Amino acid sequence: MFLQETTMRAYSLFKKDFHSELRTRYAINSLAMFIIVAISVILFSIGNETITESLTGGLYWVVIFFTAMSGLARAFVSEEERGTSLTLQLVASPTTVFSGKLIFNLILVFCMNLVIALLYSALFEKFVIQNFPLFLMTFILGNIGLAISSTIIAAIIAKAGAKGTLYPVLSFPILLPLILTCVQLTLFSFDGTSFEEAQFELAIVVGYDVIMLTASYMLFDFIWKD
Amino acid sequence: MSSYSIQSQNLSKLFGRRLIFKNINFNWSDKGIFGISGPNGSGKSTLVKIVAGLIAASSGKIIHKNSDGEIIPEKLHNHIGFVSPYLVLYEEFSAWENLKIFAKIRGVNFDDQKVIYYLTQFLLENRKNDLVKTYSSGMKQRLKFIFALMHSPDVLIFDEPTSNLDEEGKKVVYNIVHEEGRSRIVVIASNEERDLAMCQEKILLENFKTIERR
Repeated sequence: MFLQETTMRAYSLFKKDFHSELRTRYAINSLAMFIIVAISVILFSIGNETITESLTGGLYWVVIFFTAMSGLARAFVSEEERGTSLTLQLVASPTTVFSGKLIFNLILVFCMNLVIALLYSALFEKFVIQNFPLFLMTFILGNIGLAISSTIIAAIIAKAGAKGTLYPVLSFPILLPLILTCVQLTLFSFDGTSFEEAQFELAIVVGYDVIMLTASYMLFDFIWKD
Repeated sequence: MSSYSIQSQNLSKLFGRRLIFKNINFNWSDKGIFGISGPNGSGKSTLVKIVAGLIAASSGKIIHKNSDGEIIPEKLHNHIGFVSPYLVLYEEFSAWENLKIFAKIRGVNFDDQKVIYYLTQFLLENRKNDLVKTYSSGMKQRLKFIFALMHSPDVLIFDEPTSNLDEEGKKVVYNIVHEEGRSRIVVIASNEERDLAMCQEKILLENFKTIERR
């Protein structure tokens, strides 16, 4: 019953953020621009050369990381900048707030990374997936980890002064294990490596997601209230 | 009759090394209008934020109790209605949308009739579908009262309730305060004589502590 109520309230908060985003277009525009600019720069710098599979996989996650850095902080930073954090504290419990923001970031990350994957498969010669289920699993688990970490880091930096600098600086060490493992799994999916052989890396990503989610819910109450 | 009570036990607050106030004790129960006054920087807003559970005290404790016992901090927000000049509503939504969104996030029923009643009381009925960013500061302040009242909380906390309001707006607020004070706890933090004149009990914060209680 409690879980159902919290979920419904979190969904209402997500809907608020979604409608707010449709009206202000703050995150969507910055994410779209970053994706276009980053991929264009990579394509121009490569020119007619063919880059290796490992470089393609690495660049794919580099674009994902920096795109996430450019848009996902909005979840909490916009509330803090507009002064509406206090209002949210008055209408929702910390669990509801974190869940609502996490749903919003999850959907944003999935949409953003889907666009990046489609653009990569259309524009990069070596972005050929041999083991699609493994790539899909990496995509899903990686996105979940990215959304959870970005959301809790956004909550931490929202009250700080130099948010723009602090966000990528703080995110880098936290996201590094996830990004490195996801790069490896993406390369496995390019090679056609089987699920069994990729089990260890998959377990790392699942563990990362579970640890980040648990730690985030435990810490958020302290971060959210002054 | 309400059986709600707020008890403060040796409440102290420091921001860094700066002491704001110390050893504040009070016990507000059932109903009535309670005031907090003091010069600028004496900690009126800090105290009401602690009472509302928005910030933590450095030491001491605030206990909210109703007939079911002590209210846990996780659920406190549903028992509080809060108005202050530093409270900001979503400017990209209309007044009606804001109130509907807040009801849904709170998990309470959005009562159209009740909201229309309050919108009429606060002279905002004609502008309910306009975006909040088009409102004047006085209209925003009036909307905050509807935000505080719409979920029928046990406690109403008004920090500088009449700031930005014209005479007509103040009159509406004073009527609401008198009316609500008959059935629940209303806390007013202000320096305005007229605001404080409504209070049955006042705390005066000065020199880091309570120096007078009437």
